[in-house]
Amino acid sequence: MKLAVTLAVLVALLLALPHAAPLFHAWQPSLPHPLYTRTSFLALTLAHLSLVLAATLAAVAIGLSLGILATRPLGRSLLPTVRAVAVIGQTFPPVAVLAIAVPLLGFGAAPTLFALVLYGVLPVLGQAVAGLDQVPAAALHAADGMGYGRWRRLRDVELPLAAGPIMVGIRLSAIVSVGTATIGSAVGATTLGSPIVEGLVGNNPAYVVQGALLVGVLALTVDAALAAVERRVRRSDRR
Amino acid sequence: MIEFEHVCKRFGDHVVIDDLSLRIADGEFFVLVGPSGSGKSTLLRTVNRLIHVDAGTVRVDGEDVATRDVETLRRGIGYAIQSVGLFPHRTVAENIATVPRLLHWPEDAVRARVAELIDMLRLDEPDIADRYPHTLSGGQQQRVGVARALAARPRIVLMDEPFGALDPLTRESLQTSLKAIQRETATTILFVTHDMDEAFGLGDRVGLMLDGKLIQVGAPLAFLRHPADERVRDFVGGTRARLRELAVRTVRDSMRGGEHAEGEPVDAAASLQDALGAMLAQGRDRLPVRDGIEHVGAIVLADLVLRP
Repeated sequence: MKLAVTLAVLVALLLALPHAAPLFHAWQPSLPHPLYTRTSFLALTLAHLSLVLAATLAAVAIGLSLGILATRPLGRSLLPTVRAVAVIGQTFPPVAVLAIAVPLLGFGAAPTLFALVLYGVLPVLGQAVAGLDQVPAAALHAADGMGYGRWRRLRDVELPLAAGPIMVGIRLSAIVSVGTATIGSAVGATTLGSPIVEGLVGNNPAYVVQGALLVGVLALTVDAALAAVERRVRRSDRR
Repeated sequence: MIEFEHVCKRFGDHVVIDDLSLRIADGEFFVLVGPSGSGKSTLLRTVNRLIHVDAGTVRVDGEDVATRDVETLRRGIGYAIQSVGLFPHRTVAENIATVPRLLHWPEDAVRARVAELIDMLRLDEPDIADRYPHTLSGGQQQRVGVARALAARPRIVLMDEPFGALDPLTRESLQTSLKAIQRETATTILFVTHDMDEAFGLGDRVGLMLDGKLIQVGAPLAFLRHPADERVRDFVGGTRARLRELAVRTVRDSMRGGEHAEGEPVDAAASLQDALGAMLAQGRDRLPVRDGIEHVGAIVLADLVLRP
């Protein structure tokens, strides 16, 4: 139900904002352009969302693969290294990552995507390892004894039992992405950060508020949507 | 049929199984008994190749397990363990159906088999099939574990201390269920326990394992009457061995046919231990014996004390 509320607010904002010029003019009468119009808010939101979606999918693919690899008998020894690398990746400030990525990948969506994936992997990886590690050893032993193959055991026993924690990681990863993607506009990506960056550069607080409002509500909507998925996953994971 | 031939296994420097040979016949209930660390669980796990032998061969129905496809081998052998290991995300019915589904049984055959096992293991609470393992008691969970091990009608079942964590009453009731099912289905069972009473109560034959070696193999009574050496004598309980013997022998073997006695009758198939319990409870030193509803004789306290 929380999802319905946030979604309604988001839609209302997208519908109302293009007509809110008088409101922002009243708040900041000195501004010649009180409403961001370079790109429509809907286009910004969709661009933002697709960037987040792409980044989250990539982060899930990488994080889950690494998490599975690190919990196999052969990959166990890699676990501390994988964790350390992921944590170090997380400690770089996003702006620094962008600064490094731009010379390599150019301006626009590419360096932003790179940064988002880098940040998105750690929560998924951490939760995947935690989730797979807490699958009851007895269930795994029984699965082996009954003739599950390695892949089948992973698919039918381990992943379903780790699905709850993994969903937490995916949710975290997506939320971080929604926030971080705004910074991408500093290197030319089209996101909801565009009005914010332009507002900061051009001394236009109205632009900043418009962008920030949408980013905030979008983050809440994404969170509510993934929370609903997580609840569903957990319901099938009885224990 | 399970055959071990000169099987050796070591973990590092520690010899867990020391040149062990044993043959378990079709339809036999064989119990491996021994203290923790004697190698009995390790030996059991060499049969479904959860553990690989360093030397020697393990054969199932005449075929060396090392040459079999490991998944096919395991799907053909039932497996139950002390920690049960039910899948927490699956219902009781789904848990029981595990191996039949791995073997691609048709869905209606799976359903019928699950219903049969729920009945056979007296999991008769309403709607238990659709419940999740965490809602069951320890005893019920292990009943489901045993049902799961038996589900695909394997000819061989391996059981690793399956009742070790249960309270005595529940354990006894499960032992009775298991023994009856085993007799009915002629399944070959290799059962591991550290509990001598359980071993004697269940096993057609018992093998005592110490430090990776089989010290003695034989029928329960042979252990009690002719222990191979001091260690066996200690393990079967010294003077308490005679008390254990009462649990192994039946009323039928010691009763006086045709004689009469007062009191509540005991069943001819009951153990002498049960008969002694009934005598104590009723304050009598002789009781009538019946076979079904028919009176067949009397059991006398003095005969229990006598050495046969």
